[in-house]
Amino acid sequence: MKNVFVIKIGGKAGFGIMTSSFLISKVATRSGYYVFAYPEYPSLIRGGHNVVSINISKEKIHCQYPHTNLLIALNQETIDLHKKELPRGGMILFDNSSYEKITPNKNYKYFGVPASTIVKEASDDLIMRNNVMLGAALALLGGDLGILKKLINEQFIKKNPKIAEKNNQVAQAGYDYILQNYPRSNGQELAVREKISGQILTTANEAISLGAIAGGLQFAAIYPMTPTSTILSVLAPLQEKYGFVYKQPEDEIAAINMAIGASFAGARSMVATSGGGFCLMSEGYGLAGQTETPIVIIEGMRGSPATGLPTWTEQGDLRFILHAHQGEFPRIILAPGDSEEAFYMTRLAFNLADRYQTPVVVLVDKYICESYISTAPFSTSGFRIDKGKLITKLQNNYSRYALQKDGISPRALPGSGNYFTANSDEHDAMGLSAEDSDIRLDQMDKRMKKLETCAKLDMPKPSLYGSKNADITLVSWGSNKGPILDAIAELKSVNYLHLNWINPFPTKTVESILRKAKKILNIECNYSGQMKGLIREKTGINIKHNLLKYDGRPFYAEEIINKVKKMR
Amino acid sequence: MAITNTKLNSKMDPNWCSGCGNFGIWAAFKHAAQEADWNNSNSVIVAGIGCHGHMVNFTEITGFQGLHGRPIPVASGIKIANHKLNVFVSTGDGDCMSEGGNHLIHAANRNNDITVLLHDNAIYGLTTGQSSPLSGKGFKSKSTPLGKIEDSINPLQVALASGATFIAREYSGNVKELSQLIIKASEHKGFAIIDILQPCVAFNKTNTHTFYRRNIYNLPESYEASDKNAAFAKVLEWGIKKIPVGIIYQENKLTYEQQLPQLNQDILINLPRNQKEINSLITKYS
Repeated sequence: MKNVFVIKIGGKAGFGIMTSSFLISKVATRSGYYVFAYPEYPSLIRGGHNVVSINISKEKIHCQYPHTNLLIALNQETIDLHKKELPRGGMILFDNSSYEKITPNKNYKYFGVPASTIVKEASDDLIMRNNVMLGAALALLGGDLGILKKLINEQFIKKNPKIAEKNNQVAQAGYDYILQNYPRSNGQELAVREKISGQILTTANEAISLGAIAGGLQFAAIYPMTPTSTILSVLAPLQEKYGFVYKQPEDEIAAINMAIGASFAGARSMVATSGGGFCLMSEGYGLAGQTETPIVIIEGMRGSPATGLPTWTEQGDLRFILHAHQGEFPRIILAPGDSEEAFYMTRLAFNLADRYQTPVVVLVDKYICESYISTAPFSTSGFRIDKGKLITKLQNNYSRYALQKDGISPRALPGSGNYFTANSDEHDAMGLSAEDSDIRLDQMDKRMKKLETCAKLDMPKPSLYGSKNADITLVSWGSNKGPILDAIAELKSVNYLHLNWINPFPTKTVESILRKAKKILNIECNYSGQMKGLIREKTGINIKHNLLKYDGRPFYAEEIINKVKKMR
Repeated sequence: MAITNTKLNSKMDPNWCSGCGNFGIWAAFKHAAQEADWNNSNSVIVAGIGCHGHMVNFTEITGFQGLHGRPIPVASGIKIANHKLNVFVSTGDGDCMSEGGNHLIHAANRNNDITVLLHDNAIYGLTTGQSSPLSGKGFKSKSTPLGKIEDSINPLQVALASGATFIAREYSGNVKELSQLIIKASEHKGFAIIDILQPCVAFNKTNTHTFYRRNIYNLPESYEASDKNAAFAKVLEWGIKKIPVGIIYQENKLTYEQQLPQLNQDILINLPRNQKEINSLITKYS
C-alpha cells in the first residue's frame, strides 16, 4: 500500500475544524506533499461531531484512507470515536486545559497542550485553539511553522491584521510548547521536501467555479443547497472583477428560469444545486431543451430521497438526470471524477451548451464537491470560447428553428433586430406555436439529431486506466475514480474503465472493452446499480459482479481491493 | 380608437374567442409599441401559459413563451443579461397569482426594471373554466360548483406589499388609456405591474364588459400616486362604482440592475473577459 500519513481533526461543529483542516492541507501541499482531505459532518453519533481526515503522501493519492496516524482532538468525543483508527503508537494531540478527564491508554502516544490557556492569554476567542493545535502538530511532524504563519496572514491580514497577529502568536506558542515539553518527539512526516511544482489544492466545487469562469460564465443563479453551496460562495465575491452576475433567487424554479432568460438574451448561464433542488428545476430542464436555450446545470448528489442524508454522498441521481422532465429532448450529461476533470468538463460544458443549444448537466457528488485534492494548476491554454451558431446582426428571412442537417439552427439574440419566438409549445421554424404532424416530426428529429452530432464531434473515448489486458476490468463513473485508481495501483492485472460522459454514451468503446474483458466488476455508490443498467441498455452486456455502497460514505480503496481479491 | 392596427401582426391570426378582453390588450400593446418605437432591436415579450400567452405568437416582436407561472424569472434573467432591452411580461391571473405567485413577490422586491401586463380575467380560460385565485368568493365554476370558498387575492395589494414601484389598473376595453398606461409603465425605471381587467366571454359571467364599464372610475387628478399609504387604501377599493383605474402608486427607487456595479459600463453580454486574470485566480489556490 502507498505510504499515507493521515491527520484527523475532530470536534464539535463551530470549533473551526474545517478551517484548521484546510490550513494544514495547504501547509502539506506547500511543503511538497500530495494531499487528499475528506470532511465528514455533522454527526457520527450525536452533538454535531465534525471530522476531517487529511491524507498526506509523497506519492500521488486520489482518496481518503481509513487509518489515523495523528488525531487532533478538540474534545473528548473525538478521542472516544476515533482512537480505534490509530495503530499502536499512534499520536493523539489534545487540549489538556479544557477536558474533564483523559484516560491515557498505553497503546497511544498522548500529547497534551494547554491550548485553551494559551488562547486566553491572547484573546477571548476560543476558536483560536485550532491554531495552537496546528502549531503543535507542525512541531510534532517536523513541519515548517513559517508556511502556516504565511497562510494565516493570507487568510486574515486584509480583514484584520490584529487577528492575524494573534493567530500567529498562538500557533507559535503551540509549536514552542511541544518542542519544550516533548523534545524527543519530533517526526519528519511534514518536513519540507522538494516541491512538486506548485500544486494547487481544490474541492470539485472550487474547480467547477473556476471552470465556469474560465468557460466564460456571465450569469449564475444558485439557491443554496448542500453540497454545492460553496460554488456560490466562491463565485459571489468574484462577480465584479470577472464580469459576471451571481444572483441568489427565491427558489430553484426561479434559478433555472432566470438562467434560461439570461441565456436567451446571450449570457453564458449556469445553475448549481443538489438532487432536491433539481427536482424543482426539472420543468426548466425541459424548457431549455424545447426552446433550445443553452444552460449549464451543476448537480451535486447527496444521499437518499427527500431531505435524506443532506451532508453525505451518493450516486443515486444518474437515472434521474437521464430521464427528468416529461417527453424527450437532447441533454448532455457529464460526470467528472475529480477536481481536475470538474474544472475542464465544466469549462467544456459552456461550449457544449452553446454549440448544441441544449442543457448540459455536470453531475458530481458530495464526496468530490467538498473534498480537497492537490493537483497541478489547471491550464487555461488551448481553450477557446465557442458560442456556436450565434447571430448578433439582422439577417434576411431569419428563422430561429430552421431545419439543419446537424440539428443545430442558427440562434439569434433578442435585440439583434431579428424577429423570432423561443417557444415552449411545439413550434414551426419561426418559433410560432404549431401542432401539425409534419412540423412536430421535423422539429423533434432536428432537436434529437444534436446528440448524434455531439457524439460525433465532441465526445472523447472513455479512459482506460491500467494495462489493456487484465484479468479483471473495473467499470465505474464519476467520483469513484479516486479510490479505484488507488486500488488498482495495489492490484496486479486489474484495469479501470472510467465513464465520465453519460449522455451521449460512448457505446462502441464501452462495448468493445467490456466484450474483451475476462471478468468485469461494476462499482457504484447507489442501491440499484444505475450504471450497470445503463451499460446493459446500451450494450446488452449484463455485468454480474457489482460493488454497491449506499450508506452515504464514499469507497475506500481497501474495500475495492478486498472485493477484487474475492473475485480471483 | 379602432382595434384595426395590423402593423405588428405576425403571420398567425389570433385564436381568442370573439369579444375576448385579450384583443383590447393586444391592440393597446401594439399601439404603444408603435408610439414608443418598441421593435425587434430593443424589445422582448415573455409570456407564460394561458390565453394571454398566445399574444407572443400574434405580435411581431421577439418573444419567449415559457412555462405556466414562470415568465417573471425569465424576464428578470433577460433584463440582467441585457438591461438595454425593454422587457415585457404577458401573464395571466392563474399564471401570475397561483402557479407563479412566489416570483411576483420576489421580482417586485428586487425591483427588476420589467413591465408586467397581468391579463386578469378572474378565471382559468384555456383549461375551460375553473376558478382562479382572483375569482371572487362564492364564484361558481367547474372547480367550485358550490361557489368558491376563498376570498379573491388582490394582485396589486400583493405587488405593493412586495415592493413594486409602479402599480396601475385599467380595463382592457379602454384601449387608448391602456396603451398610454403601458408606455408609462415601460418608461418607469423599476418593477411595473398593470392589473388589466379583462372579461372572459366564454367562462366568466360575473366580470363582464358591462360590469367593468359600469363600475370603473378614473383616479382623480388630485390623487397622489407617491403616497404609499393612500395606495394601500386604493388597491383595496372594489365594488359597484368603486373600481379605480389609472396609476395607483409610483416610486423612484434604484432598480436591481442599476445596483450591479459590473453593469455600469456596458450590458452584461458585452463585458470583456480577461484570460490573464483567470490564471492568477487559479494560482491563488496553491
